[in-house]
Amino acid sequence: MVMPYAPLTFICNPDIVITPADSTALSRTPLYHLALEHKARMTPFSGWEMAVQFSGISQEHQAVRDRAGMFDISHMGKFVLTGVNLLEQLQPLVPSNLLPLQAGEAQYTVLLNSQGGIVDDLIVYYQGHTVNGTQRVSLIVNAATTLKDKTWLLDHLDLATVEFQDISLEKALIAVQGPAAVDLLQQLVTADLGSVKRFGHVECSVLEQPGFLARTGYTGEDGFEVMVDASVGQDLWRSLLSLGVLPCGLGARDTLRLEAAMALYGQDINDSTTPLEAGLNWLVHLDQKGDFMGRAVLEQQKQNGVSRRLVGLQMPGRNIARHDYPVLHNGTPVGIVTSGTQSPTLGYPIALAYVPTPLAKIGQALEVEIRGKPYPTAVVKRPFYKRAQYTL
Amino acid sequence: MSFDYPDNLRYLDSHEYVRLEGDIATIGISAFAVDQLGDIVFLELPETGTDLEKGETFGTVESVKAVEDLKAPISGNVIDRNERLLEAPEELANDPYGEAWMLKIHISNPNDLNEAMTAEEYRALVEGT
Repeated sequence: MVMPYAPLTFICNPDIVITPADSTALSRTPLYHLALEHKARMTPFSGWEMAVQFSGISQEHQAVRDRAGMFDISHMGKFVLTGVNLLEQLQPLVPSNLLPLQAGEAQYTVLLNSQGGIVDDLIVYYQGHTVNGTQRVSLIVNAATTLKDKTWLLDHLDLATVEFQDISLEKALIAVQGPAAVDLLQQLVTADLGSVKRFGHVECSVLEQPGFLARTGYTGEDGFEVMVDASVGQDLWRSLLSLGVLPCGLGARDTLRLEAAMALYGQDINDSTTPLEAGLNWLVHLDQKGDFMGRAVLEQQKQNGVSRRLVGLQMPGRNIARHDYPVLHNGTPVGIVTSGTQSPTLGYPIALAYVPTPLAKIGQALEVEIRGKPYPTAVVKRPFYKRAQYTL
Repeated sequence: MSFDYPDNLRYLDSHEYVRLEGDIATIGISAFAVDQLGDIVFLELPETGTDLEKGETFGTVESVKAVEDLKAPISGNVIDRNERLLEAPEELANDPYGEAWMLKIHISNPNDLNEAMTAEEYRALVEGT
């Protein structure tokens, strides 16, 4: 073994891994010192020095599935747009129809390039009109792509009518996730969280300071993502800790999102995968909107069918399919694993992989090549894990 | 964090240990390695009867997030492997030097261990003291 291991399997996108030699150049979130206090194991991730685990990935994972965990996701990119006709201006950049969004609602979507490839995935939070009549939209994007997205948006928005603010470094962002997350967080905020719908958001006092709360997440559980000033982040973290919310790192975040079959940018989706190939058909609204970047490619794919699809794989044995392992059909390479792990909830290995469309049917038998040997696998329904519905 | 590194074992900088009793070597991984890996979920070991060459990869240990090769600290023939551990690799967390041994090898050359570290040397390496 070669250890301490540096870049872990789940951050193996070569474009975004910073080698340990560059670690002095890594950014730190407002909660960095709290992670050190907890003796978290730190790792470079997308240019940030982040906690990969606190008490242990399986324990953190279980806490989120059973009760409540919290993640420092302050490294994510945070943009605020103000101006007029904001949704109309964003409309040509994404395949989703944003116009039906009401103030307080949000849409998960993707920025597309002209080839229909995914520039990034993001959430568009429509905050409605401000007192002076302009509109406000917040965008939360991936950490690794913050600069790329900013450049992309500045190139494609009409800056005469839109003011673009990058507040990424000014704010702390904490995800509080799990079946008990809403009730616990409620004790620290003024808004009635129970009345906020899934993908809804609200601005209210958090520990008597201004906060932005959205009922979104990346774990497959109920919960909120809470944005506060960097200086308030530490107090919020400590308050949540005293309520029994377990600190969780990027390791558990990855196993949780993978069980929920949520795509990881740079791994499952990238500039050369389209949303139709990635199984994100539900956010492609060809019939509800006019032209947008990449539309021609998506129309063609919709008409002729995609040649490959991102599918869920289940391994019947103990061997774990990992990122970049080949997928075989009767011994012939046909595809590639994009994400894979032992599923802590299900107790067996799961993976996402691109395979040719004729081999993408549920139940299709395939193999994954692991250290030179083929192991059986089968295409299964996504997501691998679905929580019991919460009631509103 | 401090772990136990028994004095009667020899260690590699790649974190495998060897317990030599006559010409039989018991091989496993150190408590430090187990801690670094985190929750261990998978172990692959060679079949009994396999000939191992010092320095070659003889197996794999995986945690939820990491995959690590296991390196043979000594040449010889595999005379036994821990079948129970293959079924329950998470047991590595409890007793890496005892119940959670990996292989027993009939060694071909005890000089293979000349460069292996003592417990004191290994502790200094992993604890940076």
